[in-house]
Amino acid sequence: MEDMLFYDRMQFAFTITFHYLFPQLTMGLSLLVVYFKGRYLYSNLEKYNDAAKFWMKIFALNFAMGVVTGIPMEFQFGTNWAKFSELTGGIIGQTLAMEGMFSFFLESSFLGLFIFGEKLLGHKLHFVTGFLVFLGSWASGYLIIATHSWMQYPVGYEVLENGKFVLNNFGALFSNPWLLPSYLHNQLASIITASFVVAGIGAFYILNNKHSEFGKLFLKTGVVFGLVSSILVAFPTGDLVAKNVVKHQPVTFAAMEGIFETEDGGSEIVLIGQPNMLEQKLDNKIAVPNILSFLTYQDWNAEIKGLNEFDKSTHPTNVPGLYYAYHIMVGLGTIFIGLMLLAAVQLYRKKLYKTKWILWSLLFMIPFPYIANTTGWYTAELGRQPWLVYNLLRTTEGASPTVSAGNTLFTLLGFIGLYLLLGLLFLMLAGKIINKGPQQLNTH
Amino acid sequence: MELFWYIVLMTMLAIYVILDGYDFGAGIIHLFFAKTEKDKKAITNAIGPFWDANEVWLIAAGGVLFFAFPTLYASSFSGFYLPLIMILWLLIFRAIGLELRGQVHNRMWEAIWDKAFGISSLLLALFFGVALGNVVRGVNLGNVVNGVSTHEAHFFFLPLWNPTFSPHAEELGIIDWFTLLLGIIGVVSLAIHGANWIIFKTNSDLNEKLKKVVFSLNIVLLILVIVSISIWHIIDPNPFHNFMVHPWLWIFPSITIVGLFGLFKVKSFKKHGIGFLFSSLFLFGGLTTTVASIFPKVLPSTNSINPDLTLYNVAAHEYGLSIGIYWFVIAVILVAVYMFIQYKVFSGKMDDVGYGEH
Repeated sequence: MEDMLFYDRMQFAFTITFHYLFPQLTMGLSLLVVYFKGRYLYSNLEKYNDAAKFWMKIFALNFAMGVVTGIPMEFQFGTNWAKFSELTGGIIGQTLAMEGMFSFFLESSFLGLFIFGEKLLGHKLHFVTGFLVFLGSWASGYLIIATHSWMQYPVGYEVLENGKFVLNNFGALFSNPWLLPSYLHNQLASIITASFVVAGIGAFYILNNKHSEFGKLFLKTGVVFGLVSSILVAFPTGDLVAKNVVKHQPVTFAAMEGIFETEDGGSEIVLIGQPNMLEQKLDNKIAVPNILSFLTYQDWNAEIKGLNEFDKSTHPTNVPGLYYAYHIMVGLGTIFIGLMLLAAVQLYRKKLYKTKWILWSLLFMIPFPYIANTTGWYTAELGRQPWLVYNLLRTTEGASPTVSAGNTLFTLLGFIGLYLLLGLLFLMLAGKIINKGPQQLNTH
Repeated sequence: MELFWYIVLMTMLAIYVILDGYDFGAGIIHLFFAKTEKDKKAITNAIGPFWDANEVWLIAAGGVLFFAFPTLYASSFSGFYLPLIMILWLLIFRAIGLELRGQVHNRMWEAIWDKAFGISSLLLALFFGVALGNVVRGVNLGNVVNGVSTHEAHFFFLPLWNPTFSPHAEELGIIDWFTLLLGIIGVVSLAIHGANWIIFKTNSDLNEKLKKVVFSLNIVLLILVIVSISIWHIIDPNPFHNFMVHPWLWIFPSITIVGLFGLFKVKSFKKHGIGFLFSSLFLFGGLTTTVASIFPKVLPSTNSINPDLTLYNVAAHEYGLSIGIYWFVIAVILVAVYMFIQYKVFSGKMDDVGYGEH
């Protein structure tokens, strides 16, 4: 039983982590593609059209990866989490079915038109198809976060005698107070990934002295979008999400922040330290007094409950994992703001293209927004444990009753092997497109 | 309300089978009949801009199944765990084969991904046929052992096969001789369907040869269909019961027959789309006839202890199902518009689309 649950969780965690490497780029990148195409319509400068087409190539590759790794996600609710699906399908099936009907058809239909239809459609309609792809991918994100929000903060439901959750208020799924802050936070984080990729590739072209005209355009665009989104992801959206957690999942908040015991006279904010679960404290911590109380309640002395105040059976099952995920996300988010701010200052002073150390930093920063996005999701998902539906349905009650540990381990190993291959092929192809650069696309 | 969603779900599945069916079929044709680079190019051009939109029908149908019939979704997806995960792997392999082949110009690279694309297409067609066979044959609901359920009445688990490959064995397997027969029908009928699509969408030199292939495969298909009907009573003692009670249901077998026999005239069709139309009719008719024969069951029970799953005992609650109609109708109108636009822009022959050239 223990093993079975462990492998079920590992398989979902592994496949969703890998899957989300792709949508997090495509959602943000679709916005940038629409921006480039829009600039082209406005200015008639060919370089904007080339930029849009170049990034659409990267988008299409990522989109295909997102599709093939996304189908397993929908299947796994049924294959590995059958009990959860049976009990909550009437509610979360609603938003997931809407995702298929409203966004996947939109995205896939118009992506084909955007890629193959430039000559057939003319530039204005080509822009419209790009915009519809953007709309589809953002609608998809919205419906997924609506599903996620219901699991974090269930609304509009009642529980029948047989344990089934049934919907009694459709509108509540979309006016869920958890939904909007989480959605905006997530979408901004997606724009950060796209901005860092665009800026990083721009820096690569300049440093490499290849395609440097495009390098400058990408760098400038990436830095402007990156700075704005890095700030907005922390404040106000990140702040609002955290306030939801404090209010509705205080035990999760305590674990995220590493507060084992309630402190009198206000809580400190922990910058560094390792959770020591045996002694229920943080080892070698560096902390600043009273800041956390202020950030949370705008009161230096407000009390924040520690883990000791809550029943053990409601503690998140992996406190150190949750604590690290959250701190890595926040730490990286701070670095993103700092780096983008420096780059923006240099851009304003017209020195960015010559400031090599910033260009190198931007290039090497490409993987980190992916890490921040992933750890952000780990914070949300580990934070919800030990529940599938917060306070109502435990994770231990959700797995498929008839699928044995051996079968799940077999498929988990299969997924690991297959995704390793997929990842290698992806990197190879992305490298090929980037190395070829935007200009060559036309002469082909 | 359950009935409405049942019809919606079956319609979506039929659309999926017809649309992604030609993708799989084109893959099978690619595997066996495409010899030259030009032939291969023609085939990938014919399906290139469509395949991922076609697979969206699978995701969307899965979503509707989850939302409208959560118990069936939970029961069948966990019970058919292994083949479903393998279908996922095959779908991934097929997609990377199709998308990666043109990325590197090297003969071995191309050969590897050609085979990946072709073989996974073939296996997918086989698996979907086998899946239909499992639904008709039924499963050991509640995993009954010696007259006692070992799980809740609507859950089960099937291994890939058992040593006897018999649909009547004590311990059932997903692959037995009956489900395998349906799997082979799946492969043959989708190969025909795929060939018809290629004839419809390209001016390839292959087309004349494919017409002969369709004709020969259609003879094989006819024989397989006759064999399967004549042994159908082994797994369902009274397969015509629903058709006797509701004579209007005969429309579904009739559609199948029209599709099947229409295809024998493949060589004389003036318009290139006619063959595709007939094979679509065959697939639609075959699928609907099969599900109509077990209606209102959606997954029969092979033991006498636990009841069959019917569309009434697996459906979601009334309120959710009714409110779903509002957004679903809006979504269907939008989807129809998208498809209209897409097929309008890519109407006609696809030979020059340059799919997979980067």
